[in-house]
Amino acid sequence: MISRNLTNRYFIARTFHWFCFAVAWIGVLILAILLFHVTREGIQWLDLQFLSDFPSRFPAKAGIHSALFGTLWLIGLTALFSVPIGIGSGIYLEEFARKNRMSRFIDLNISNLAGVPSIVYGMLGLVIFVRWFGLNQSVLAGSMTMNLLILPVIIISTREALRGVPNTIRQAAFALGATRWQTVYSHVLPAALPGILTGIILALSRAIGETAPLIMIGALTYVAFVPEGPMDDFTALPIQIFNWASRPQQEFHELAAAGILVLLFVLLLMNSIAVIIRHRLEKRSR
Amino acid sequence: MNANPIANILSEKKKEQEGKIVLETRDIKISYNGEPAVKNVSISIPEHEITAIIGPSGCGKSTLLRSFNRMNDFVPGASLQGQVLYRGIDLYGKDVDPVEVRRKIGMVFQKPNPFPKSIFENVAWGPLINGYQKDIYERVEKSLQAAALWGEVKDRLNSSAMTLSGGQQQRLCIARALAMEPEIILMDEPCSALDPGSTAHIEDLMFELKQKYTLVIVTHNMQQASRVSKFTAFFDAGNLVEFGETQNIFTRPKHNRTEDYVTGRFG
Repeated sequence: MISRNLTNRYFIARTFHWFCFAVAWIGVLILAILLFHVTREGIQWLDLQFLSDFPSRFPAKAGIHSALFGTLWLIGLTALFSVPIGIGSGIYLEEFARKNRMSRFIDLNISNLAGVPSIVYGMLGLVIFVRWFGLNQSVLAGSMTMNLLILPVIIISTREALRGVPNTIRQAAFALGATRWQTVYSHVLPAALPGILTGIILALSRAIGETAPLIMIGALTYVAFVPEGPMDDFTALPIQIFNWASRPQQEFHELAAAGILVLLFVLLLMNSIAVIIRHRLEKRSR
Repeated sequence: MNANPIANILSEKKKEQEGKIVLETRDIKISYNGEPAVKNVSISIPEHEITAIIGPSGCGKSTLLRSFNRMNDFVPGASLQGQVLYRGIDLYGKDVDPVEVRRKIGMVFQKPNPFPKSIFENVAWGPLINGYQKDIYERVEKSLQAAALWGEVKDRLNSSAMTLSGGQQQRLCIARALAMEPEIILMDEPCSALDPGSTAHIEDLMFELKQKYTLVIVTHNMQQASRVSKFTAFFDAGNLVEFGETQNIFTRPKHNRTEDYVTGRFG
């Protein structure tokens, strides 16, 4: 009786194990198929010339130089604004703010903002940054719009990381006569840094792939120069890819695939840097 | 009482010297969100002695201990009425800075909680943030020696505190508190997460420390209270049931409830 029951339970456990295993691999498999498909289409166009040429109506001469640098400008500027503001807000809300009705109200709103579709932020950016502030379709206007989009994500992940720091660390610091700032700066923040960095990279990775808000604020699709300052016009990788993919010629579709490969490579690079930094920090704090 | 009158007089005199009160609560009431945890407690902590606070779980002993260095300030919904006097100054007075209070009254927690940094940094951090200017190495060595840890760690001050054993970590936490040169050290069940060997080590340390510091310990372990403390306070359901010399509490308790607890009939 007992042993049969046990066999049954082992069976359920094993089945669940394999189910989870299969589910975990579905995502990887789909990504692999996608990568394979894109690589097969785009690999022949991927060379140094592709990276150094500006867009052209002749596929053979077309490249993503302006889009690549546009994206780097965009992400750089976005990080410049969103990282300090995001981490600062997260620290304030988690470590300093009193837990009252006001802070709960802010909480709720930030969670909601994280779920707002990106096109809505595009419209907001168009009205506020492009028109009101008169930034036109500049890379600054683009990065400001991206800020709106990813700030909630950064704030939430920062708070999550701070919440993961055991309270005993805070108490130990306070019991030594530390002020709140000394406690946060010396102990809580270093312990939370790996998590915060991960959140930032994930948020920036989201920004790098966003197309809708950029189209909404009117980022150009044909740009034959690299931005030299924050007020210059720009295009970005996803816009260029979208533009090529929407043309009828097969060659442009292949160019789009090559562009996707570049975009994926940039993403992968960012994620690896994040992993490396995170690993180092975790090792140091151990 | 003692049969020898001369010994009696001597012990009375000794009591006078010892009996200086460093910390005193006057009718304090601590509640969490209106729910009272400590009710109208008045207790006096004598200088350079070990005072133990015992009682069953949830009796408010930890809450009381944390009120002595205003650690309850961090608990949302906690409020305190009455006075906690440290050398005559009300710690909850308007112009008292809680940060200043915690510099004078240190604390060691139930679970060893070293910072995830090097052994050296753990001890040095407190003095450094408080603007200590002189030789920090000397202060670290002195504190580690006072916490009976120096011999074990002097060759690896730069390795992480996390590599130490539980008992060593707790002594590091004591060294960290000592580095601030506080007057009072509060210990909240400092041995409950340690093995008997480490516990004996820490108890020996307490005896050493009372020469220079005043210790208040909360403990679940009645043997520990009877071994180390001079005075014992017994709490039950937020009330101070009995307070007196440890000897009397354990051998001649005045209240039935105390007797039941110290003989292990409940708790």
